[in-house]
Amino acid sequence: MRRPALVPAHRPGTTWLHRAPAGAKLAVLAVVAVVVVVVVTARSGDVALLLGAAVLVMAVLGHVAVRTPRRVWGGLVVRLAPVLVVLGVYQVVLGSPWRGAEVVLDLLGLVLLAGLVTVTTPTDRLLDTITSLVAPLQHLPRLGPHLHPDRVALTLALAVRSVDVLWDVAVQARDAARARGRSRDVRALVTPTVVRAVGHARATGDALAARGLVD
Amino acid sequence: MTTPAPVEPAATSRTAGRDVALVSVFAALIIVLALVPAVPVGAAGVPITLQSLGVLLAGLVLGPWRGVAAVAVYVALGLAGLPVFAGGVGGLAVLAGPTVGYIIGWLPATFVTGVGAALVLRRRRGRLPGLILAGAAGGVLVTYLGGWLGLQLVAGLDPLAAFLGGVLPFLPGDGLKLVVAAFVAASVHRAFPDVLARRAAGPLPAEAS
Repeated sequence: MRRPALVPAHRPGTTWLHRAPAGAKLAVLAVVAVVVVVVVTARSGDVALLLGAAVLVMAVLGHVAVRTPRRVWGGLVVRLAPVLVVLGVYQVVLGSPWRGAEVVLDLLGLVLLAGLVTVTTPTDRLLDTITSLVAPLQHLPRLGPHLHPDRVALTLALAVRSVDVLWDVAVQARDAARARGRSRDVRALVTPTVVRAVGHARATGDALAARGLVD
Repeated sequence: MTTPAPVEPAATSRTAGRDVALVSVFAALIIVLALVPAVPVGAAGVPITLQSLGVLLAGLVLGPWRGVAAVAVYVALGLAGLPVFAGGVGGLAVLAGPTVGYIIGWLPATFVTGVGAALVLRRRRGRLPGLILAGAAGGVLVTYLGGWLGLQLVAGLDPLAAFLGGVLPFLPGDGLKLVVAAFVAASVHRAFPDVLARRAAGPLPAEAS
């Protein structure tokens, strides 16, 4: 069983959206999302509809501008489609068609807008941004040392590196369970995987300490 | 150059090293469980993904702080664009989607589960029902509270519809995963008694005998 490749959703490019700082893009996305949710919750009919349409148009124009591959934006839409259909039908039957249109427009717009940030920003830049958002917490009294940017960065990198090891461990556990005729037994699959994961983590942790990488 | 800096006691450094590694490895474990093809379970053969099992295990095995850290690392990697959520999904779109409440809910849920697990592991008896209870309070109750609120906020559903559509259908599967997670966690704590129990209990005089 091959592990699915962890290909990041980012697509390289040189448009101004690609060049804009990750923090700024995240901030804009957060502000738009909060405004949309607040307006929708306040249930102000046509205002919410207009806002949803505006966000959707903005996101679509963005994707056209950065030439997002069809597979990427298509994937976002296809995954969301069943939910949108259910929500739309539900609102039309039990609520109002306006409200249904509102919810569908808002969700589609926000998801595509968020996808735009993901497509135009390298994964490691987003991780750096997340690390720097946590950085101020390093001055907290007891928790602080654990949230030092160096340690956060090490933890994130080590997690990605550990996926291969754990995938092999899980495949071996699955094969062993199958050999014992317990391929449908989730316990027989997961217990050896987790026990070996903990063992692997302790060996890795001791190696980190021995090399002085964590103090 | 003056006197060399005092060398830290090896034990502290080793604990810190193991903590970092445990957090990383459990984040990777959740990724692997989320990406492993879904297991058909029960007579109906409903496929279940093991993503939420991984999240539960982080709290039950690592306790509140390291458990939350492992889940936070997992969520951060997913939001940054790696396709690590169930179904190979990744990117910020999940934050805008209708399931945002479940994902944010995992953090407080793992904390509650972890506090419960740490309390349960102070005792030698009744660990399995205790771990199930801890997972039910955090992993199930708090996660679904988050998901239920998220559906109302993002998808504009009323409370009853959000419950019928976003909570009720998933409860049986999650109940099953909860029991599995408790069994697995109990085995792990038997295999490695000092991963959480001794930390939670502190040096008990009884354990020295």
